[in-house]
Amino acid sequence: MSENGILRVVARFLIPLIMLFGLYIQFHGEYSPGGGFQAGVVFAAGWILFALIYGLENALKVISQRAMYVLAAAGVLLYAAVGLLGVAMGGRYLDFYPLLESPHAAQQFGIITVEFGVGVTVATVVMLIYTMFARRKSEWEAILKEGDEP
Amino acid sequence: MNIVDLMPFSVLVPLIASAIVALLPGRTLPWAVTFLAALISAIIAALTLPAATEVTLSYPFGNWPPPIGIEYRVDAANAFVALLVSSMASLALLWARTSVNREVPRRQGPFYALFLLALAGLLGITMTGDAFNVFVFLEISSLATYALVAYGSDRRALLAAFRYLIMGTIGATFLLIGIAFLYMMTGTLNMADMAERLPEVRDTRAVRAALAFIIVGLGLKLALLPLHLWLPNAYAYAPNFVTVFLAGTATKVALYVMLRFIFTVFAPDYSFVVLPLATVLMVLAVAGMFAGSWVAMFQVHLKRMLAYSSVAQVGYMVLGVSLVTTAGLTAAFLHLFNHALIKTALFMAIGTVMYQTNSIKIDDLRGLGRQMPWTMTAFALAGLSIIGVPTTAGFISKWYLILAAIDVQAWWLVGLIVLTSMMAVVYIWRVVEAAWMTKRPADLPTVREAPLSLLLPTWLLVALNFYFGLDTRLTVGAASAAADVMLGAGLGGAAP
Repeated sequence: MSENGILRVVARFLIPLIMLFGLYIQFHGEYSPGGGFQAGVVFAAGWILFALIYGLENALKVISQRAMYVLAAAGVLLYAAVGLLGVAMGGRYLDFYPLLESPHAAQQFGIITVEFGVGVTVATVVMLIYTMFARRKSEWEAILKEGDEP
Repeated sequence: MNIVDLMPFSVLVPLIASAIVALLPGRTLPWAVTFLAALISAIIAALTLPAATEVTLSYPFGNWPPPIGIEYRVDAANAFVALLVSSMASLALLWARTSVNREVPRRQGPFYALFLLALAGLLGITMTGDAFNVFVFLEISSLATYALVAYGSDRRALLAAFRYLIMGTIGATFLLIGIAFLYMMTGTLNMADMAERLPEVRDTRAVRAALAFIIVGLGLKLALLPLHLWLPNAYAYAPNFVTVFLAGTATKVALYVMLRFIFTVFAPDYSFVVLPLATVLMVLAVAGMFAGSWVAMFQVHLKRMLAYSSVAQVGYMVLGVSLVTTAGLTAAFLHLFNHALIKTALFMAIGTVMYQTNSIKIDDLRGLGRQMPWTMTAFALAGLSIIGVPTTAGFISKWYLILAAIDVQAWWLVGLIVLTSMMAVVYIWRVVEAAWMTKRPADLPTVREAPLSLLLPTWLLVALNFYFGLDTRLTVGAASAAADVMLGAGLGGAAP
């Protein structure tokens, strides 16, 4: 699809907006509709659009498959770490009140950090799933090509 | 740190460890961390059991008070099941190392991460006091299990995993529909709160439908007879370690959740009255006992044979439930525990045979008794336990089941239990006969005894079978406490 000029121009215009919108949903998630899951999916959609237009190889230069894998686990660990922080400060698991003095700020900090972990994991897992399917297609095409040339 | 603060870490440690294990390189490190996590989880569960038997423990997540926030609510019943699941996982992991190195030769981090997710999911289902949380953890453990089954080296493992995925998803959907109906009618997801609010709306069609949906959904997960079709192939083609773990835990947890809904959320005076549940469960249980044992008698593939035997053993547990007496429930909980010990030992022995011979067909076992005496003796001894020979764990649970049947004057049930035990003699004897009574044909390769890393855990399980056949203080005590909780005040116990 990379030859189509219209697609390239429109994608170049849209991808930053999609990613910005993803971040907007991420960082307003604690008091307006949204949150880590939706933000992660929107953000990953921007990357997938990039991969569709400019090719998977270029998209993997932005973020390698290994980095996705590590980030997917890191997001979960961030979530768990914030939860454990609550225990370490003398509260319950995922208890945000002990984290900061002002209860309002403590809840906000806790929710944003936890949701950021969710967002990172969801975004990278969506990218991983796309990469795995896309890889399969290129592998399949390679097999077909071998079949054509005797 | 008191026990209430420690309790949720039984679930959290495997859950958090899974993210770490996924990143670990190589083969030894992932296994070591996984084993450590399972062991910590088992120790915490063991510490929780005595405390939970005295008083119901409640842990509010994020310090949100229970009806609004999610709580873990642990009493004698689920502490018992949690201890069973986490200790079975630790024991299976002892056996796993050699076996998994053969079957998953690549990097093992993702494999063990999936295993820890499945374990955390099963423990989460057991400990949580929130109906929706049950569904979430059920999906966590199920999705991880589908992937684990697909790791099998046989290509048919993929088909078995896919079939399991389709049927498991249908089961989970039914459960979710049931929970959604309950939420619609009561406006709460907390099980204890739900149990309090249900009596007001119990005579509505929605609540009756909820009960039916939940029973069918969990019946699928439990592999109750007409819904068992996913089980034999999933067990047969999964990697041996996965089979060993699933056989001892997955169906047990599903049974526990079913009991929790029937007895605690709906209360027995509702669920056994509005639906002919006692009759339905009894008929299905007896049918499962017979059909499972019958099919097992003719299986050539030994893992499938044991899988069908599992369907029969689920029948025994459900039969205990269908009597709706304390004695019956005690027998169900006892068999839940003892069957986990028996099946884990049997699958370990068969897995060891498969490791050495690369075959699982009964014909390839001919004359193996002389070449692998320790493995085959372990299999035969664990076989005694599943038949229910005195001094074994299997005898204890069948004895209590028979006593419970006599209690309600159901003499015909006693006959049926003895008859199906005789069928167990047949399918175990076929293996013993092939291994010892026939000469090894010349065209079959000569094999040596299995390595100690496989033999020792297998024998440990066999020894436990005999230990719990002689010393029943822990099992009978915990099982009758669990049955009392289910039938008695239920979740009404005061939380500290």
